[in-house]
Amino acid sequence: MTTRSLIERAGTFVGLVLVAIIFGLLVGPQFFAPTNLELMARQMAIVSIAAVGMTIVIVSGGIDLSVGSMIALCTVVIAQLLRMNVSPLFAALGAIATVAFCGFLNGVLITQLRVVPFIVTLGTMLIIRGAAKGLGEERRIEAPQTWLNDLLRVTRGEALLPSGIWAVIVLSILVALLLRYTRFGRHVFAIGSNERMARLCGVAITRTKIVVYALSAAFVGFAGLLQFSKLSVGDPTVAVGLELDVIAAVIIGGGSLSGGRGTVAGTLIGAAIMTVIQIGCSQRGLANWVQQIVTGCIIVAAVALDRIRSQRGGV
Amino acid sequence: MTATPVAGPSRFAMRGIRKAFGATIALDGVDLSVTEGEICGLIGQNGAGKSTLMSILSGALQPDAGEMWIDGRPFTPHSPIDARRAGVAMIYQELSLAPHLSVMENVMMGAEPMRFAGVLDWARMREMATRALGALGHNDIPPDATVGSLSVAAQQIVEIARAIAVGSRVLVLDEPTSSLGRDDVQHLFDLLRHLKAQGHAIVYISHFIEEVKTVADRFTVLRDGRNAGGGDTASATHDDIVALMVGQSVSNLFPRSPRTRGEAILDVKDLEPGSASLTLHRGEIFGIAGVLGSGRTHLLRTLFGLEPVRSGRVRVGVYSGVARPHERWMQGMGLLSEDRKEEGLALTLDVADNLTMSKLSRFGPAGLLFPARQRSAAARWISELAIKCAGPAQKAGELSGGNQQKIAIARLLHHDVDILVLDEPTRGIDVGSKAQVYRLIDALVADAPGHKPRAVLMVSSYLPELLGLCDRIAVMQRGRLGEAVPAQSLTEHELLMAVTGGTGA
Repeated sequence: MTTRSLIERAGTFVGLVLVAIIFGLLVGPQFFAPTNLELMARQMAIVSIAAVGMTIVIVSGGIDLSVGSMIALCTVVIAQLLRMNVSPLFAALGAIATVAFCGFLNGVLITQLRVVPFIVTLGTMLIIRGAAKGLGEERRIEAPQTWLNDLLRVTRGEALLPSGIWAVIVLSILVALLLRYTRFGRHVFAIGSNERMARLCGVAITRTKIVVYALSAAFVGFAGLLQFSKLSVGDPTVAVGLELDVIAAVIIGGGSLSGGRGTVAGTLIGAAIMTVIQIGCSQRGLANWVQQIVTGCIIVAAVALDRIRSQRGGV
Repeated sequence: MTATPVAGPSRFAMRGIRKAFGATIALDGVDLSVTEGEICGLIGQNGAGKSTLMSILSGALQPDAGEMWIDGRPFTPHSPIDARRAGVAMIYQELSLAPHLSVMENVMMGAEPMRFAGVLDWARMREMATRALGALGHNDIPPDATVGSLSVAAQQIVEIARAIAVGSRVLVLDEPTSSLGRDDVQHLFDLLRHLKAQGHAIVYISHFIEEVKTVADRFTVLRDGRNAGGGDTASATHDDIVALMVGQSVSNLFPRSPRTRGEAILDVKDLEPGSASLTLHRGEIFGIAGVLGSGRTHLLRTLFGLEPVRSGRVRVGVYSGVARPHERWMQGMGLLSEDRKEEGLALTLDVADNLTMSKLSRFGPAGLLFPARQRSAAARWISELAIKCAGPAQKAGELSGGNQQKIAIARLLHHDVDILVLDEPTRGIDVGSKAQVYRLIDALVADAPGHKPRAVLMVSSYLPELLGLCDRIAVMQRGRLGEAVPAQSLTEHELLMAVTGGTGA
């Protein structure tokens, strides 16, 4: 790793430390109490795992706006499967597979119709949301209580963190390794950095892109599972606009919408910054609108800083 | 070195224009002038300084020394907008029109007639645009049509009409015929003569000597950033002009190790597009000469599977038939793109990724990739080709042009291909790097103990390079590849005659 990429990563981390210190001073020392940190970890789990998937998409030069709708569809599919007496494990796997299939379709549409990802996923955002509402008969679907509801439950001593958060950590590490230590990962970077160069080098662009969208959607499916765990019902209207939080986490973490840049570590720090702001504001008793303004400023500042940095680098 | 003669009061003149980029002197005291009702042709080989001269004329670059006048008044543009306001209209090879807007909007762009407070006067706009098109004798182009729906020839007329409508003093056309068919070229010439009769001053830049002789009254030749000569087109022969362009630029930059022609490794028969038939052997460098837009790059890309094949046969080693780039790499063929920034390299990725992207499978089993192995492979080529960089982890975009080009070439060496297809291998790199690239290409095909010599198919606009390196050369002209001839039997003069549309090789 070059010193420069170290500084780039450290830059986001310094941002997180600064934001944490500011809210620590505003809220008081209880802000850093273990229970509060665990609360934050539970709060950021859903956005984090979806953002880890989105990192792959954004590194490839694409974008996926259908994330929020996929999460809603995932909760509805789990609830419906549980009502049909499917075992919890298979209900979860079935729902994740359904969402991964949606991502596969995104990839097929983007590569075969040659329409830009923004437009394709804007369309599928509506289609998938509609499908979720249809499947859920436009209401919340009650489901029997199973262990799926405990994935984000507060732990009582026996484990350090809820199992869902452990899963997020393990999956994040796997994606970081995937991007750095596999041919697929380097191909994703090459496509995002310069697709014509990737084509010249014989990279299978269509196949790689389809895998990118399907894989990313599988992570979104896992986020949907956590969302179901939190809600304990299937809700076709949940996570509206969540895709924007997910994209913001990747961008704050150093991802570039023009592709070729982004890291899993950066994305997680980006998600953490947004969570600290949210929890900090609500514990300080600041209104929701303050949170939104602060988060918005952070996004613009992060991207502006990034511009300045890359201009200095001369790339 | 005779200065260009000035006939009467000139509409536009430049004297002693000098421009250096670091240690490279692009222009060294260039004179150019054009009077009312005159077409002046500007001719020169690639690298002679034409495009630098154009950039200065258009205000994109400022000269280090020298003066320019328009109608006797000093002309010192600091930006392209300054130059346009002063009446210099540039028509580039790549047209600059808004394809979604109508013809009249494009013609009046930037000079739209207003009623009041920014409200467009559509009736006057239509009238003015119609008048501008009428002045060109092209009332056949409807002012309401969307520009994107017109032919390239009609679009070019729209762009010229815009120049006329905003009251240009000097019209500069850069290679205007490169994307036109034969009939359209004739129409364009008629139009230029028509404009000349109306008293316009026109500078006409072209590779094609015949075109300049046909349409221009006078010509000026640039060579190595200086005026090499000029005169009336009527009294100069094609041969005279070529002699001025060539000068005596023979050099021994080009190494030539002993080569032995081995087995045929690439066989192309009646390939369309390109009407190409050629055979390439191991231990041989085959050159394709041709001006920009002659179809040479398209031919290489078609061979490599980046463009569709319409018909014909291609055999690479033991494989025959069409293939995609991935398969061409597997068959032992690699392509160096002419466009280093847009296609050749991924500038935001590091040197190691760029160098090894076509063959990552060496660095680990089952889709895995160990970065340490990738870096050490890259480090080997960095030292072997003396690439100046901080290491394999440096971003490719931070390197100089010459070093970037070496990385792009090193990719073919890392892949260990037998056939290297090189498109403009020395474009945009400094003289020192050029010499290194020449030595490298020569070494690839040289007799060497231990490994078979490779084969090189290369395209270049710089003729001395082709003559110095290649064993055989074929000329590509207007989308057709000619017969290959031994390079030794050609002089630069003959080759330039052939490339620019005269008779010859």
